[in-house]
Amino acid sequence: MNQIETTLDRPAVSVTDVQTEALTVVMLGSGGSGVMTAAEILLRAAARAGYYGLMTKSFGPQIRGGEAAAFVTLSANPVEIQGDRVDLLFAIDWKNAQRFAGELQLEADSLVVSGEIDAELPEIVTGAGPRLAEINLKTLTRTHKGTRPNMVALGAVAGAIGLPRDVVAALVGQQLVKKGEAAMAQGQTAVDLGYGEAANFALAKLDRPAGDTARWIISGNQAAGYGAMRGGVRFAAAYPITPATEILEWLAPRLQKAGGLLVQAEDELASINMIVGGSFGGSAVLTATSGPGLALMSESIGLAVAAEIPMLVIDVMRGGPSTGIPTKSEQTDLNIAVYGLHGDAPHVVTAPNSIADCLFTAQWSTHLAESMQVPTIMLSDQSFGQALGIVEKPAELAFATRRLVAETPGENYKRYALTETGVSPMALPGTPGGQYTADGLEHAESGTPSSGVADHNQQLEKRLRKVVDFDYGDHWAQIEGDGPAAIITWGSTTGPVRQAMRRVDPDGRRLRLISLRLISPALPGALAEALDGSDKILVIEQSQMAQFFGHLKAQFDLPAMADLYARPGPQPFRAAEIAAKLEEWLS
Amino acid sequence: MSVETACALTARDYKSDLKPVWCPGCGDFSILMAITMAMAEVGRPPEDVAVISGIGCSSRVPAYTSCYGFHGVHGRALPLATGLKLSRPDLLVIATGGDGDGYSIGGNHFMHACRRNVDLTYIVMDNQVYGMTKGQPSPTTPPEWDSALVPGGTGLSPFHPLVIALAAGANFVARTFSGDPKGTAQTIVEAINHPGFSLIEILSPCVTFRPEEREWAKQVHPASVDPTDDRARAARRVLTDDGFNTGILYRGKRAPYQPAFNPDTSANVDFEAEFLP
Ligand SMILES: Cc1ncc(C[n+]2csc(CCOP(=O)(O)OP(=O)(O)O)c2C)c(N)n1
Ligand code: SF4
Ligand SMILES: [Mg+2]
Repeated sequence: MNQIETTLDRPAVSVTDVQTEALTVVMLGSGGSGVMTAAEILLRAAARAGYYGLMTKSFGPQIRGGEAAAFVTLSANPVEIQGDRVDLLFAIDWKNAQRFAGELQLEADSLVVSGEIDAELPEIVTGAGPRLAEINLKTLTRTHKGTRPNMVALGAVAGAIGLPRDVVAALVGQQLVKKGEAAMAQGQTAVDLGYGEAANFALAKLDRPAGDTARWIISGNQAAGYGAMRGGVRFAAAYPITPATEILEWLAPRLQKAGGLLVQAEDELASINMIVGGSFGGSAVLTATSGPGLALMSESIGLAVAAEIPMLVIDVMRGGPSTGIPTKSEQTDLNIAVYGLHGDAPHVVTAPNSIADCLFTAQWSTHLAESMQVPTIMLSDQSFGQALGIVEKPAELAFATRRLVAETPGENYKRYALTETGVSPMALPGTPGGQYTADGLEHAESGTPSSGVADHNQQLEKRLRKVVDFDYGDHWAQIEGDGPAAIITWGSTTGPVRQAMRRVDPDGRRLRLISLRLISPALPGALAEALDGSDKILVIEQSQMAQFFGHLKAQFDLPAMADLYARPGPQPFRAAEIAAKLEEWLS
Repeated sequence: MSVETACALTARDYKSDLKPVWCPGCGDFSILMAITMAMAEVGRPPEDVAVISGIGCSSRVPAYTSCYGFHGVHGRALPLATGLKLSRPDLLVIATGGDGDGYSIGGNHFMHACRRNVDLTYIVMDNQVYGMTKGQPSPTTPPEWDSALVPGGTGLSPFHPLVIALAAGANFVARTFSGDPKGTAQTIVEAINHPGFSLIEILSPCVTFRPEEREWAKQVHPASVDPTDDRARAARRVLTDDGFNTGILYRGKRAPYQPAFNPDTSANVDFEAEFLP
């Protein structure tokens, strides 16, 4: 895996001719004002101009309409999280802006541009006392017929941060091509109006990006779906749930294109059993859900453990417990994913550590499931799933091992034969001589139900061995740096930690990062090796009850001196918060 | 499979060597016989047939056949069978189970399987009791039936699976009696050959927890009218009969749900273009 370098650190600057390494822009407006479209074009333009970036969306509780905000952080270097504070806030209108209190970190040298003249500014703005500017969107769009406020806003923001005008104009043209030439011309006019206004804003310009590497714009949910398809998944069944639905909606037409199928089930009890059936028939399968759905599925994931049915279950975590906070992230399904199955039920739990890594981890997880004939739960989360990132084009990977299939089962074929690896050849329906009954009841090697001591012990041992003895290679964790103070983390906390480390330890002499991609089974030996030479350990996670820390202590022989920084969501970790924590911890 | 061997297949070829765990006299024995007789008549080789079930005495059927089988979890036979059939349309997929498995814990899947109309044959062995857990009322148990768990009876009117199946969109609906294995086998053959989702509700006495059900042998009688393709008529018929009318009630004409499934897993999926900025 390539190391991702992130450096968003910069002095606070606010003068036009000053260059800056990263900028965080927020575009705000009521539903239907087109802020999301404008922000996506902004992100795309930045990618074309060679920048990295991240876009997250925040909506009010209304199903449609209401206030919406797009957060866009751009940099010449890789970006994994939003900046600590907002450099530029552009409001097309202010209708319900106060509801973003707590999310919008404005400071005195932040620039706030109001698209309305003499608007009553919400407290989130007045309280911070930022620099203020205005654009009369109403008058501008009225005097230039056919121009849209969001496109003027786009031009103004792009101009203010220093994106090349032609790149933005080309994308706007592309966006409007279906609406005809007049609309395209009006789009150009709107962008130019915005660029004209931007000349009056005092804002630092983004540094020029150095390299010219191939970039993708992708969300964690798209990346997870694509990774699973690259891993061979062609059959899926699922029930919609925030924030996992985008995986399903991305997959449905693309599976179809690849000759596969996604079925919308009546509930999660059905979807998990549909994929058990699909996998029994020989397909690589997946379902995607979030905490409430995972809870419903747990009985049948246990069935897949007992009957040795490979499957990928992607859990895009959200705030819990219960319905919790569907649109915000939290790392709190670890316990149910690792410990939530009844009986002694060894299975695999993985977690990506960045948006791009959702692709790798989903492909790898499919490979693990298929190779070991075991259910694999991948713990992604809302902050990956629903964010759009400009990332380096991910490498193409191919894992060699596939499902071990009994092509020509002989006279004495036994589905659950005790083999050296613990993995037994699986006969697929349609294969003469391979007939067996897959069973959630404990069984003998043949599959015949058995409550005998020997059969139970042998089958338990086989199912555990195949998972524990598997060679996970280097993929079990992402390890960066080799300083004496080690930070252990996982999932979406990795980005903020990585970034805070660069601030606190710019030359990489004091810190090391160990981010676990394999959550279960535990590899205590590998962790001990990764910790070799460290004299201090800090575990960081987004969970009130410190589920990850508890798991490390119980399963990984985590040294007793290990410290902990854990807190719940919904507030995402920012680099500043973790950097402050690290300073305190190191001193 | 050569024509010669295909012709030679008998009910016996569809039976495994496993001895059923059922109580002597249980109605499920003759249903197992009827299922294997029907398979022999349909003639698909055992490796091309998959028998899927949940949990219960009646859900033990798969391992007693020589086909591929899946004995899954309680109530989920239908979604499992659905996933298998949609991804393996070449197979003959049969689901079996009991009244508790199919109408109580699996009730939602039952409705949606009828509605989805995948080409499955669903055989419910209705003994109007939870046999495996030793005698609790099921959704089809009469209201006054006394049991340890619900003393004095449930007082609830029984669930009407055939009417629900019709309302939900099942494409073939029949009722038979375990004491008539030949007639049952014939109905299963027809159900298999009928496209879409077929329900065969088979009255199957639980001699241990509902010994009075032995009387069913005297009560059942074949329906005096032919099957219809009119759902409303079929529903009226079952709502007004005595519950012991046997025969094929309804043959619908809905096309089964079978979206294309012919994946080429070797083909490298390439969606890179949509991620370029
Ligand atoms: C989730 C779950 N809940 C409860 C049970 C216990 N259980 C096993 S079989 C059964 C009822 C079976 O009744 P039915 O489907 O009518 O089958 P029968 O034994 O009567 O043939 C129950 C409640 C279980 N196995 N799983
Ligand atoms: S308990 Fe009833 S249903 Fe179960 S095997 Fe015995 S007689 Fe049959
Ligand atoms: Mg029953």
